[in-house]
Amino acid sequence: MVHIKRIQEEGADIIAVIGEIDASSSIELDLAIAKSVGEGFRKILIDCTALEYISSAGLGVFMSYIEELKDKNIPMVLFGMKEKVANTFSILGLADLLYIKQNKQEAKTLANELSV
Amino acid sequence: MSYQYNIGCSLNNLKGIREFVRHSLKHEGVPEVEMSAIVLALDEMCSNLMIHAHHCNPDHLLELHIDTPSKGKLIFEIIDDGSVFDINEFLEPELDNLIHQKRKGGLGIRLVKAIMDNVEYLRRDNKNVCRLTKEIKP
Repeated sequence: MVHIKRIQEEGADIIAVIGEIDASSSIELDLAIAKSVGEGFRKILIDCTALEYISSAGLGVFMSYIEELKDKNIPMVLFGMKEKVANTFSILGLADLLYIKQNKQEAKTLANELSV
Repeated sequence: MSYQYNIGCSLNNLKGIREFVRHSLKHEGVPEVEMSAIVLALDEMCSNLMIHAHHCNPDHLLELHIDTPSKGKLIFEIIDDGSVFDINEFLEPELDNLIHQKRKGGLGIRLVKAIMDNVEYLRRDNKNVCRLTKEIKP
């Protein structure tokens, strides 16, 4: 089960993903990002601090937004991943395709730089 | 040791599969990051079968077997009687194509092949057996 919370800080929409994302729950993540884009946020941060698990269904959601967000010039930065979660991204080489930072401050800084 | 778990083909049961794998391997000395990768590979294989071979029909069953014949050697078998979904015959899409086509699938197979040492398919008692093997290096 996954639980998703959204908070707004300094013009960025922060989507906190809590729990586990698999094929049964990846739709929740998809909807949250779609909502954020639909509401017109110019910066999206994904808080992975409490993300315990992600399968390819969840990774696929992030992948599917890469092009759209690039076209719309909306940076999406993930942060706070536990090692076991980060490992899943790096097995596939997604760490090179997505913006991933250690903590919220670094993620905000990068999002600000990218959105200029 | 041998462990067995039977599950209906509902994606809501994936969590149970992950817990079963973790529980079965908890005394095998598998490091945490490797354990998470193994759990992920089994989740991917079972969800693929549930979706592609069984159309998420919860009345269809998968049998998951785990064998640990010797220290560090792990054998997983997923047994079902649906159509065979052989990941070795599936051409992995390039990551660039996935991004371009905004496809959400196709990554799972890549993960399984990267995590497991071997994936093979056999027939036993008129059923499909997908066998995954993994050796944990000391």
